[in-house]
Amino acid sequence: MPAAPAIRLHRAVKRYGSITAVAGLNLEVPAGTCVGLLGPNGAGKSTTMRLLTAQAIADEGELEVLGRRLPEDSKAARAQMGVVPQQDNLDEALTVEQNLLVFTHLYRVARAERREAIERALALAKLGERRRSKVDELSGGMRRRLLIARALVHRPRLLLLDEPTVGLDPQVRQELWALIDRLRGEGVTMLMSTHYIEEAARLADSVTIMAEGRAVAAGPPAWLVAEHAGREAVEVYGPAHRLAEVEVDARRRGWPARRTGTSVSILGTERLDGDLPEGERRTANLEDVFVLLTGEEIE
Amino acid sequence: MTRASMTGVLVREIVNFSAYWRSTTFSSTVEPTIYLLAFGFGFGSLVSQVAGLEYIEFVGTGVVATAVLFSSVFPGMFSTFVKYKLQRTYDAVLAAPVDVEELVTAEALWIAARAGTYGCVPLLVAMAFGLDPSPGMLIVPVIAFTAGFGWACFGVLIAARMKSFDNFNYVISAVLTPLFLVAGTFFPITALPELASVLAQVNPLYHCVELVRHAAFGFQPGADAIHLAALLVFGALAWWAAVRSMRRRLID
Repeated sequence: MPAAPAIRLHRAVKRYGSITAVAGLNLEVPAGTCVGLLGPNGAGKSTTMRLLTAQAIADEGELEVLGRRLPEDSKAARAQMGVVPQQDNLDEALTVEQNLLVFTHLYRVARAERREAIERALALAKLGERRRSKVDELSGGMRRRLLIARALVHRPRLLLLDEPTVGLDPQVRQELWALIDRLRGEGVTMLMSTHYIEEAARLADSVTIMAEGRAVAAGPPAWLVAEHAGREAVEVYGPAHRLAEVEVDARRRGWPARRTGTSVSILGTERLDGDLPEGERRTANLEDVFVLLTGEEIE
Repeated sequence: MTRASMTGVLVREIVNFSAYWRSTTFSSTVEPTIYLLAFGFGFGSLVSQVAGLEYIEFVGTGVVATAVLFSSVFPGMFSTFVKYKLQRTYDAVLAAPVDVEELVTAEALWIAARAGTYGCVPLLVAMAFGLDPSPGMLIVPVIAFTAGFGWACFGVLIAARMKSFDNFNYVISAVLTPLFLVAGTFFPITALPELASVLAQVNPLYHCVELVRHAAFGFQPGADAIHLAALLVFGALAWWAAVRSMRRRLID
């Protein structure tokens, strides 16, 4: 029998005045998996994260985290989950070790287990050598690792990661991906919001694509690609007027196509009949699906 | 409210305090001491007796309330605002199994404990200048703690309602400074116009001043029961309003 899902949102709605940030979101995170919440800025990812810790209260819908109904039983759920916020909120005046110590208390780690919990977190963040450094002396990458380790100090059953690598340079991002991937290997249940497609494609067992507060597609990355973008794409390069021409032509024939800045991609070409324009053949990817479904251009 | 949640918040405060206790202690004790010395020497050379007390006795006990006010309302305002707005600390705390009322209560209790301690400093300084110790003074930390809790909550309430740091100036100028001056700290409120002395009755600081003075020079059971009740009501109202405003701020 499959275990109950760690997170289950059914038609969740959250409004801020006249703005509906989450508009009937359905989301399921099975225990032991990593689910990526992928969407452009403003799609409602951060609001969804806040709903899950009851820092935002849904106007409608059913929300369940670790078998507890939100918002009324949120506290019991929060005790068993860890949260890595988008915005770094470490205590800067404190040392690495003190930051972890504070969290063993906030998350009620038993006295006898505190020492071990802190050592485990230090090892996870690879910050054993820097345990007595103040946070404001750490590099950006170290701070992020500490933020993740801090969220795991009480061995939570569920980890929420809100844009875990936003604003970091590529090398640090790779390093964090390795860390998150290791956690996934250990079977930690994770929900990770991101607007980096590569991040979702690499780390998530299943991706939910969000646009305008709703889930527009959900499934394993490879399945999403096959389902929505097909197997192959033809990417046409050329001057602007040529690209416009290709686009108009594709639309006329009902071919799925998308702009990629300097090119136009026609998707699922293996399923199409007719003369395809000259271009580079490539494998379809999650980015194609994302743009197709959200109508969002990639920066 | 559960103890485990409040303990978590308190531990966070105490560990942080270990990093900045010097500056906090400095500002919480030096400023009231300067008031004490300036008024004690400056004013004290003009008047020998006020309300039947030596001036140093009068002002030395009065400034306890000043020390309590400064060491509770300012941390309540500024550190709450910094944690809420700049450091995003409360996002982390509320993601843990801690609710808003536990957060506010634990932080206010911690500030009150500090105010209970810092509030005694003026007495010690005044003793060096001729204030005689008395057994009733042993209860001053309790009075300072009680008043400090209310002022801490009042500070949190202000922080929760302000949009930016600049707005604090309005509260300091229009609310705190008048309360600070019309409290019977430096001169008896009977010297003020009728209206001001009536207003002093609703000033929690005035009740704190009176209680401390009576603790030092002899309790007046009937009046002191009212003073104590005033501080308790102030604490309860400020706590309720602080929790309500913070919840509105922190929970969407």
